[in-house]
Amino acid sequence: MADPKSGNTPSSDVLVRLDHVERHYVMGHTVVRALDGVDLEIKRGEYWAIVGRSGSGKSTLLNLLGCLDRPTGGHYYLGGTSVGELNDDEISEIRGQRIGFIFQSFNLIPQLTVLENLEVPLFYQDIDPAYARQRAVDLATKVGLDERLDHRPLELSGGQQQRVAIARALMNDPLILLADEATGNLDSRTEQEILALLDELHSEGKTIIMVTHGQTVADRARRVLYLRDGKVEQIVKNRESAIHEDAVLEQ
Amino acid sequence: MIRGSTLRTVRLGVKNLMLHPLRSFLTTLGITIGVAAVICMLAVGEGASYEAQQKIKALGSNNILLRSVKPAELETQQQSSMAPQRYGLEYEEVEILRETMPAVRVVVPVRELNKSAAYGEFQVNVPVYGTTEQWMSVSGVKLYEGRFLVEADSRYSLNVCVLGTHTAGELFPFENPIGSDILIAKKSFRVVGIYGPRDDSESGALAADGIVIPIESAREYFGELEIRTSAGSREFKMVQLQEIKVQIEGEGNQLEDNVVATAASIRQLLTLLHDQPDYVIDVPLEKLQAAKEQAQIWQIFLGVIASMALVVAGIGIMNVMLATVTERTREIGIRRALGAKRGHIISQFLVETVVLSCAGGLLGVALGIAAPMIVEAASGMKAIFVPSFAVLAFTISAGVGVLFGIYPAWRAAQMDPVEALRHE
Repeated sequence: MADPKSGNTPSSDVLVRLDHVERHYVMGHTVVRALDGVDLEIKRGEYWAIVGRSGSGKSTLLNLLGCLDRPTGGHYYLGGTSVGELNDDEISEIRGQRIGFIFQSFNLIPQLTVLENLEVPLFYQDIDPAYARQRAVDLATKVGLDERLDHRPLELSGGQQQRVAIARALMNDPLILLADEATGNLDSRTEQEILALLDELHSEGKTIIMVTHGQTVADRARRVLYLRDGKVEQIVKNRESAIHEDAVLEQ
Repeated sequence: MIRGSTLRTVRLGVKNLMLHPLRSFLTTLGITIGVAAVICMLAVGEGASYEAQQKIKALGSNNILLRSVKPAELETQQQSSMAPQRYGLEYEEVEILRETMPAVRVVVPVRELNKSAAYGEFQVNVPVYGTTEQWMSVSGVKLYEGRFLVEADSRYSLNVCVLGTHTAGELFPFENPIGSDILIAKKSFRVVGIYGPRDDSESGALAADGIVIPIESAREYFGELEIRTSAGSREFKMVQLQEIKVQIEGEGNQLEDNVVATAASIRQLLTLLHDQPDYVIDVPLEKLQAAKEQAQIWQIFLGVIASMALVVAGIGIMNVMLATVTERTREIGIRRALGAKRGHIISQFLVETVVLSCAGGLLGVALGIAAPMIVEAASGMKAIFVPSFAVLAFTISAGVGVLFGIYPAWRAAQMDPVEALRHE
């Protein structure tokens, strides 16, 4: 804790570390404690699910993890950096370099083509456009959309849009992938496809944190954090997935 | 932060604007009209000042003109006796001017007489100028044929004359006048040359009417007393010189300084020499400067009025951009989540505004180049397009884009990413 800005990582494998994180909103005279002292440690290559009812604080937690919001108390270290003390530009840079977002409503930019949507994250990192284009094509191919590069989001099905979004989240090779109800807008067959894709990414070593309210979806993760009233209710190590994970790691 | 990606930002901006072509076009239209109006107004102002300046320039901006005028008190005073009224510039003043004024190239006395001239059955009433050989250099005319006066003509009071082209045509419709003798108030003068306008300016055309004779001849043959009969009353006056033309030497700014300084000296001198206000000093350069100044004020006034249109257009752009920012709140949230800094968002929206206003500006310049011609054809007002007007108007339009784009762009950048992502 000597130098909160750099380090404080007991092990370099710890990507995410929450030290009694609080997020309080002041609304008039009442204080809403959306997060009320959350401690959490997520290591490289882990697959987490955050589960809770609406109002449990899971969206707030995800926004904090994604550096879209800052804790009002406690510390959040992402890859050794204390996020709470960064200014807006620095925190934007962290988002651009270390985070990959996957949203429930896909959040593709409607007027851009698939290829252009994929290029957006690298545009803000001042990366050679030719490299960005090549990487976009590669990742589109990986998620099976190499035939749809010039289509606009509205010309694609929901499942396809979410694949584009996943590819976009991978563009900057992030430390953590954050999925917010990634399958919430999809039918069950497409949901399985997307979850399979996430499984695949996990098996390749990606660190994934998924917010969901569905138990079946949460079962895919290795660890499940149950959130209630802004507090960690329990953390469950999921046996089935764990076995799956161990098998992958053994390979 | 945005170094190499500026071009891509511009391309993105154009692309976003093309998503709503009609909206973009209508927004642009205000700027287009504003820029065209500014250029047009400036061109009309320039045209007006050009015409005024041309008139004055024809008088010669390196000249100072002194003219005899009848003082106001003599004008109202009833002429009771046969005693002639004496006033005006005098011969000796020419010498004084020649000797005391520095930076003076020539001093040309002009004695103007109204006499009839005749050749055979042809007769004309034209001004007869008694002057020196230097008259031509101060009067915007040139020699067409024969010779002009020479110094000896005056020295020996020779009765030679030089005709203006128009007068020559009237007196000699059928033959070459050179060498013929004409009668000026019954005195015989030999035609030695013909002069005419240097170009087709107005004053040149005036100069085509007239007869020029040596000043000493004029003095000797016609004297100084002039009797004018009008409406039953007779008027006697004695005026030695109707006009003294002073030409100043120098070039450019040096010339202008010399003219101003000499004009001041002449004013002082004449105040000492004359005890009544029987002369006027006309300095075309001063008039020119005044005309320029006035034209400039007029032009600024017109330009400012037209610029109002640009301000209104700017408000229109701001309004549209504010709506666009609201409409694209979600996109802003997405971009922020994907790593865009506030600066990126500001430049994205600012670029859109500037692209809009610059596109409008370019169209406006095109219209503004065409408009002066239309104005000229339609109203007869002279309008002169100067490239710097286009540059000025375009710069203002780009400035308007930046000025009115800053606020919407700032609003976009200040959005909370979480809120923006939640926006429907």
